[in-house]
Formats: sequence, C-alpha cells, structure tokens
Amino acid sequence: MSAGTARINIRHRDTGVLQIGFAEKRISDALVIQQIGDEIGKAVDAEPKPRVLLSFRNVDFLSSAALSMLIGVNTRVKAKGGRLRLAEIKPDIYQMFKITKLHSLFDIHETVEDGLKGF
Amino acid sequence: MTATPPPFDSDASFGPEAEGLAEFEARLDQALVEHGYAESELFAIRLAIEEAVANGINHGNRRDPGKLVRVTCSVDADRVFIAVEDEGEGFDPGAVPDPTDEANIEIPSGRGLMLMGAYMTEIRHVPPGNRVEMTFRRGAAD
Repeated sequence: MSAGTARINIRHRDTGVLQIGFAEKRISDALVIQQIGDEIGKAVDAEPKPRVLLSFRNVDFLSSAALSMLIGVNTRVKAKGGRLRLAEIKPDIYQMFKITKLHSLFDIHETVEDGLKGF
Repeated sequence: MTATPPPFDSDASFGPEAEGLAEFEARLDQALVEHGYAESELFAIRLAIEEAVANGINHGNRRDPGKLVRVTCSVDADRVFIAVEDEGEGFDPGAVPDPTDEANIEIPSGRGLMLMGAYMTEIRHVPPGNRVEMTFRRGAAD
C-alpha cells in the first residue's frame, strides 16, 4: 500500500514496517522540518506498536534542527513500544551523526534491505 | 591555463523566515565551485552558515520580525570567512550544555554550535556573543 504526502512518502510493507522516504533533498528549513515531523508523527500515532524505517536515499543536506526532529520521532516511537531504524544515510550526513554522537542513539543501517532484516 | 577567479565577497540580511538564504547560499556555492572547493567542503560551509543563521534568528533575535541576522562572507582559493551577527543580547557559548553528554543526548538542542565548531577551522564568538566569526581553511582538516 502506498500513500503520498507533501514532504514524505510512506510505504506499508506486508511485514507491517512503515517505510518512509523524504521528498526533500535539503531538510533545513524550519517550516519543512516541522511539517515532516508532523507527518511522521501522524503515521506513527496510527500504529499500535510502530516499526519505522526512514530512508535518507534522497537527502543531501540536514541541519541540526532536522536531527532534533529525528530525536523527537525516536522518542515518540519508543513511547509506543515501537522501534525506529534509519537507512541509506550519505557519508557527509552520517558524519554529522558521528560528531553529535547520535549514531549511538539511532539504529542505523547501510541499506533499506539491511534495515528490514529482523525488524 | 585557467585564470584564478577573483575573490568573492557578499553580504545579506535575513528576517525570521530566512527568506533569501537559499539564494545567498546558491551564489556562495557557485563561488566555492569556481574556486575549486570540493562537494564535502561546500557541505561543511553551508552547514555552518545554516546553523549560525538559525541560532541568530531563533536564539539571538527570538524570531522578532523587526530584527535581522546579517551574514558577511568572503571566499578566496585558500579560505572562507563567514561572520554572522544578530540583534540580540548575546550569550555565553561556554554555558551551552554539551549535547554529546549521555544525560543530554536525547535533548533536542545544542547541536548547531557543536557542528559549527567541528566543521570550521576557527570559530570566534565576539562578546557579548551576538556575532560569530568562522574561518574555513582549505586542507586544514587533512
């Protein structure tokens, strides 16, 4: 099943994992970040025990405000007993996760296929 | 032989919605490419500007529509200098909690300053703290 929104695209797999991709190449504008956070939050809230895989394949640039939004999503998912995984993060962006040590907070996978394993 | 492009100097001011920032960055990106900067260097410089402007708008000017954040930028073959100044009261960067501390890792703030410091070669907060000056020196991270 597929559903389209302005800022993200969501694909429900048969396994029940919410696969979410981003329409934006740059996630740094405050309004865009808020909209993405709201749209992911809505999808998470609709699941009893969300399992969410965010793919950053399309994303070339993130700001620290976008990292903060991801922390908020992680907190929201965990509060429902769910799990969040990230995948396909480009090297420049992954470096930001390392500098801020958020690579130790998030469950990060190289590919979507890896992210889906055992999820 | 390719001629060395002239140094690039630009400045702009931004209100709380940062309108025009993307266009400013696009002009800067073009100058950086002309001076031979690599894509990863463009990423670092763009990130530092985005973070400094966001801090100026949100924390310095507190999103006051009557206040501006001014960005001054110069580029030559060896270095990029960026100054970002807001109209706020300033702050003490030493008082900002370390976002990598285990107790703060899930707190969604404080990472912009850390990233600016990590990506820039030099960073200086000019008292009272409403102006930050950043220098990126080519090859300094090698």
